[in-house]
Amino acid sequence: MDLELAARINGFLAALVLLTAFAMLAQRRMNGLIHLFAWQGLLLSVNAAIVGYAAARHHLYISSVLTLGLKVVLLPYILHALIRRLRIHKEIEVVVNIPTTMLIGIGLVIFSYQLTAPIRELSTMVTRSTLAVALATVLLGLLMMITRRHAVTQIVGFLALENGLFFAATSATYGMPLVVELGVALDVLIAAFIFGIFFFHIHATFESLDVEQMARLKEGD
Amino acid sequence: MAEAMLLALLLVPLGAALALALVGDRRLAPELNILGSAATFAASLRLALQVHGGGPFLAAGKFFFVDAFNIYLAVLTAFVSLTTAVFSRRYMRRERERGRVGQYGMRFYHAMYQLFIFAMLLCLLTNNVGILWIAMELATLSTVLLVSLYRTPTAIEAAWKYFILCGVGIAQALFGTVLLYFAAERVLGEGGEALLWTNLNRVSGQLEPTVLSLAFVFLVVGYGTKVGLAPLHNWLPDAHSEGPTPISAVLSGLLLNIALYALVRCKALVDGATGTRHAGHIMMGFGILSVLVAAFSLLRQRDIKRMFSYSSIEHMGIATFAFGLGGPVATFGALLHMLVHSLAKSSIFFTVGHAAQMHTTQEMARIRGLIRGNPLVGWGLMLGVLAIAGVPPFGVFTSEFLILTATIREAPAAAPFLLLGLTVAFAALLRRVQPMVSGAPPPWQTPLRAAHLPVLLHLALVLALGLYLPPFLSGWFRTAAGMLP
Repeated sequence: MDLELAARINGFLAALVLLTAFAMLAQRRMNGLIHLFAWQGLLLSVNAAIVGYAAARHHLYISSVLTLGLKVVLLPYILHALIRRLRIHKEIEVVVNIPTTMLIGIGLVIFSYQLTAPIRELSTMVTRSTLAVALATVLLGLLMMITRRHAVTQIVGFLALENGLFFAATSATYGMPLVVELGVALDVLIAAFIFGIFFFHIHATFESLDVEQMARLKEGD
Repeated sequence: MAEAMLLALLLVPLGAALALALVGDRRLAPELNILGSAATFAASLRLALQVHGGGPFLAAGKFFFVDAFNIYLAVLTAFVSLTTAVFSRRYMRRERERGRVGQYGMRFYHAMYQLFIFAMLLCLLTNNVGILWIAMELATLSTVLLVSLYRTPTAIEAAWKYFILCGVGIAQALFGTVLLYFAAERVLGEGGEALLWTNLNRVSGQLEPTVLSLAFVFLVVGYGTKVGLAPLHNWLPDAHSEGPTPISAVLSGLLLNIALYALVRCKALVDGATGTRHAGHIMMGFGILSVLVAAFSLLRQRDIKRMFSYSSIEHMGIATFAFGLGGPVATFGALLHMLVHSLAKSSIFFTVGHAAQMHTTQEMARIRGLIRGNPLVGWGLMLGVLAIAGVPPFGVFTSEFLILTATIREAPAAAPFLLLGLTVAFAALLRRVQPMVSGAPPPWQTPLRAAHLPVLLHLALVLALGLYLPPFLSGWFRTAAGMLP
């Protein structure tokens, strides 16, 4: 595969990743949100494999398989299982309404392009133009965590943010060194177990996973 | 030999974590916890002796390194984790008797305590910027469920905040690390070599300045969240006040130092690449803001552990400001400040933990008559607060004095703000603590057997460091200050 083609595929996948990030912002249902997250993971995994093949960086295959196992299979499975166990299917309430959130999201994308402009000029890599998308995915994940007051959506936002970081690593640098990728994957795995335990604790204590209820710690006055 | 000691320093806490997970809530688990920490401390001392004699070195194929900057923090980390383990034996036994923790909670507590120590030592000793990030995240993850150990609504809320806010914060640091790697691989080539501190510092002049300035913004937000710099400090008072007190002591006394260590290493690198002082100015801004926000928040606190958490933010602000200011005097002061703050703050938390147990509350209005109730706890708290407030001849006075003189000389405009923060914090702490230690013990106070040794040892060290700084320590500080522009 020549690099030109790989760059086009990479650009196309970047567009799809951004699309899933926006779809997550608009999605009100919990199950739909987790499906979108799994799709985003799949796009990242395919992207890593293609970049790895085109640029002959074979350690990216390992990252690709790790992403597939962790973000497409394991994490969505854990999240689905938790939702079933805790019986939370209802629609998610949003703090800011969805059209406004989308507008803020568009602003964040433009901001990301502005911020990464000097880097795009420096890089000689085929994948350089997608760094802005990666940063935008990080910021959109952050936006989702701020605008949704539910423990599960906050976690999905956090994981989407992590997806953006992975995308940044594969598009700006052909992937971080393998030992770092493995360590980050291990941290994500531990984090998954911790939020799983947390959901049970929060549910048992507050009888809901609505984060709005957690407002007891205020400044004393 | 030196290499073996370094590996031992990492493997002992990791092994202790596994062993304690297997042992569980047996009678000797706290003693085993102390034993593991003591072995770690012994290994750190041996390593320090070797660095003192033979200078800095790389180990395990450049994967780990020791120099004047990280060795003293490694010894400090091992020491405070040992004394905290000693304190935790009596403290946690009492919590167990009161039924605040169950047997699984105790098993989890001991195993995670050692894992947390391992993660912090890995942060310090690794030569790889990526591993530093991973270890920092591991340190957060291992303490999240310890913050919620009591399972009260407020504890769970605090732990959730800690998990989410620190997770998001530190994700920004990973983006910064990616950008750093992007700049480094153009000079050093692809692969793990491009992320080693020793290599990066060697070629810092050739790294692309625009990329590194952008990377630093992400790194300062990421690691700054973990240092507890205002306005990213929201999680800190909650996390540090809701967990068991030994965890508060190590979070405030050690983890904040580790995050600041990461930030300072990044700053040195970015300064080398850009040749300007932008990174330093950013840190000075965050530092001053933290000092002021924390000082005025101190006035409004009712919960004793929350109040001292804000005091930690204030002191981290002072150290961050001083590192940002740079120069031999300010950096020397900041390095000393990290050391004495860590010792004084953890000793304060030891006494605060006992005081809260004696009154079964953390509300300051209900804690009274400590000196007559338990002289060690009362005097320990009083002297600890005097030390942390910067009263001579304690070590905090020396470090703050150095930082202030450097500020007046190099950045006079910042000096009034710094002085204002210090004065307000001083007044706020003394106003709150004085009624708690004096007067007659209230009827709801119950006697308890306090852990003497950790409190006395820490206070004696803070006092000794204020009177006399041993030459090996000042030598390390001078070398480290020379490495950090």
